Amino acid sequence: MDARRDAEPERAKHRTTVARKSEREMVVTRTFDAPARIVFEAWTRPELLQRWWVPGSLGLKLLSCEADVRVGGRYRLEFAREGAPPMAFFGRYLEVTPPSRLVWTNEESADGAVSTVTLEEKDGRTLLVLHELYPSKEALDAQSGMEEGLPEAFAQLDELLVSLLGDPRAA
Amino acid sequence: MVQYSRARFDASFAAISDATRRGVLEQLAAADASITDLAGRFDMTLTGMKKHVGVLERAGLVVTEKVGRVRTCRLGRRRLEAEAAWIERYHRLWAARFDALDQVIDELKRKEESDGRKKRR
Repeated sequence: MDARRDAEPERAKHRTTVARKSEREMVVTRTFDAPARIVFEAWTRPELLQRWWVPGSLGLKLLSCEADVRVGGRYRLEFAREGAPPMAFFGRYLEVTPPSRLVWTNEESADGAVSTVTLEEKDGRTLLVLHELYPSKEALDAQSGMEEGLPEAFAQLDELLVSLLGDPRAA
Repeated sequence: MVQYSRARFDASFAAISDATRRGVLEQLAAADASITDLAGRFDMTLTGMKKHVGVLERAGLVVTEKVGRVRTCRLGRRRLEAEAAWIERYHRLWAARFDALDQVIDELKRKEESDGRKKRR
């Protein structure tokens, strides 16, 4: 129990934030306890990239990974959810500037974003900023990620509201 | 428009931490009401009730609409649902990726440290 309490501030410190910056842009931020060159390495070596890009914690299984990380080079990660047909993330790299900047396209849909990741090192830690620019507001609105169904955090808020308000159907 | 999903959830929880605002939500769950109705029912000034409704509105829990001189309030829950669910999906994907990335980075750091020690020997 004590160990778990100790871990809480750590997690809070490394919170992933997500913001919709405009009709066409999303920005995601996260801090890592490592120099930028190490974070960059984890993004650009295929054998490392494949270990985190398709997270097992979301019930996804990686099937294959190829990444030719240089300007104009292509990447392709195939994955599947249990019992579902395989899907893929793929596109190509537009900019590769070690250890601070990487730009790539997302071509699995015609409305895919151009993603830019920048790494800013300070006192041995790295602030990562991921910027995604969609071709239109509609493209971003339609973006649903891979997750289906009601997310847990929302379900919790919903439950709280229902308990506060009572079930309108019962009224 | 900027929407931080955490900030958004925090705003929702803050909005319902107040007894009057919970009362307003209960009231609106039963029927739409004007700010004047709500102020009267909760024995408050119009200005006081406007502030409470403002908090609920910013959290996306209530929507208001001015028709003529009357501002009508109703529950905004459906809209909140769609918005929160949408941004939360985005958040879940990236939070899951970055937690996995943390492990890869820790390994790289440890390897670098042990390689450094070997070199110094």
